[in-house]
Amino acid sequence: MPDASELYQSVILDHNRAPRNYRPMEGADRQAEGYNPMCGDQLTVWLKLDGDRIADVSFQGSGCAISKASASLMTTAVKGKTREEAQKVFESFHRMVTGQGGPADDMPAKLAVFAGVREFPTRVKCATLSWHALKSALETPDPAK
Amino acid sequence: MTLSSTRGRTAVESRPAGLDMTQLRSEFPILRTRVHGKPLIYLDNAATSQKPRAVVEAEADFSLLENANVHRGVHALSQMATAAYDRAREEVRTFLGANHVSEIVFTAGTTAALNLVAQSYARPRLRAGDEILLTGMEHHSNIVPWQLVAQATGARIRVIPVTGSGELDLAGLNEVLTERTRLVALAHVSNVLGTVNPVRQIADRAHAVGAIVVVDGAQAVPHIRVDLEALGADFYAASGHKMFGPTGIGFLYGRAALLDAMPPWQGGGGMIQNVTFEETTYAPVPARFEAGTPPIAQAIGLGAAVRWLRSLDWSAVEAHEADLLAYATERLAEVPGVRLIGTAREKVSVVSFVVDRVHPHDVGTVLDLQGIAVRASHHCAQPLMRQFGVAGMVRASFAAYNTRAEVDALIEGLLEVRKVFA
Repeated sequence: MPDASELYQSVILDHNRAPRNYRPMEGADRQAEGYNPMCGDQLTVWLKLDGDRIADVSFQGSGCAISKASASLMTTAVKGKTREEAQKVFESFHRMVTGQGGPADDMPAKLAVFAGVREFPTRVKCATLSWHALKSALETPDPAK
Repeated sequence: MTLSSTRGRTAVESRPAGLDMTQLRSEFPILRTRVHGKPLIYLDNAATSQKPRAVVEAEADFSLLENANVHRGVHALSQMATAAYDRAREEVRTFLGANHVSEIVFTAGTTAALNLVAQSYARPRLRAGDEILLTGMEHHSNIVPWQLVAQATGARIRVIPVTGSGELDLAGLNEVLTERTRLVALAHVSNVLGTVNPVRQIADRAHAVGAIVVVDGAQAVPHIRVDLEALGADFYAASGHKMFGPTGIGFLYGRAALLDAMPPWQGGGGMIQNVTFEETTYAPVPARFEAGTPPIAQAIGLGAAVRWLRSLDWSAVEAHEADLLAYATERLAEVPGVRLIGTAREKVSVVSFVVDRVHPHDVGTVLDLQGIAVRASHHCAQPLMRQFGVAGMVRASFAAYNTRAEVDALIEGLLEVRKVFA
């Protein structure tokens, strides 16, 4: 039986209390919304690109501890990565939280704190909300640019 | 060969006065199960209530031993099925105190019942300039069907506001309920706040301007004795699964004169009198609104649920639920950071709350791990969430079978939530 501390690891609680890169971004190249109609969780992800590389990433919104901490850790994990590297990290992360594989080698180790999510199928969407928004921001060219 | 019914294995027709909790809980086997290794504490009754043996057995016995289609065959089983289906309708009529059995239409649930009124009663009648009056505490199922009508007809939707304590603010009622109002749709009991709305008072004002009154009774029927005459409702909708009955079945009560004048909404078998390729004449109500093979076993289960409800000593049920509400309200106040939302004077045993700096989903998950089932979401009432400035709430909703010990478990669970998110 899973217990609360397996899901709510101290790193997650810390990022929930004090999310990193939690701010709107002036002069962003890309932005995308993540919205979960099931629970009303909503966040925006902003990106600044340097060629193919994520030069800066930030987010803001409202959500549960899992979605907020996941967004926060995502920003720290993908900053400086290329579009393709970020996509690879998301794929590994997704496999891990859906129970289709352990933490992969190409995934930043700090993301492993979300491994417990696989025991809570209803919370997978919370953990991946910001990642889906990131993916959509990377794939959607900014019409203003 | 003579067929005999085996229904009624679990006799609930006669009970001693009062509420024998041990007996009552023993009728719900699920209450003895475990979740995550902990005894189940089921406090999500407003989402769906558990079902007593009497209901499940009525459905199962029909399906295993008496199954046939209704209103079709000349054979014995079909006649028995038809009689059982009709008896279920009569049970619902008695339960509501409706005048005639033809005023009870079986539907898939409250949502289907409200959509039937919207599409068959309101849509053909409303015109641009007409108004539909709702309240700020409606479930989406009592908002969206009326928006569809408004979009199709040009009618306008207006809203009775909700006060900070979760009551309808009737001070400005004359401004929103006017000669232009054709229809008022409101919840008898709020699924979030537990508020019991003054339906009679609003119905009298609505009738005075010639509007009809549609009541969403889904959250009322498991908690209070409904008396249609006293309420003044023209339509009243509810769902079987929130009143200890099966899913997939509910009902719409409509005044005979209103139902008689309504065209069918869905066409098919069972709702016709005569069909040619040129023209079809429709069956009288309620068959006119029950196209296709109805959910027969579920209707019979609903009939059993109504019989089961009527077997309870309702003074004792109301006293017990009032005690649970008062006790839960008092104990929630002991948990630091918990804010109760909905403190109406007239309330059923539902408590919604938020926990300071903890998202409702996280509260729900930590409680779940302790075997406690609550709802944590926007409760299909997003306008109400916006009014209270929250994305969601935690809701513990009690039924007659819940106990003070389960309230204590909820409080322990919330203290654990505080600890995890300290």
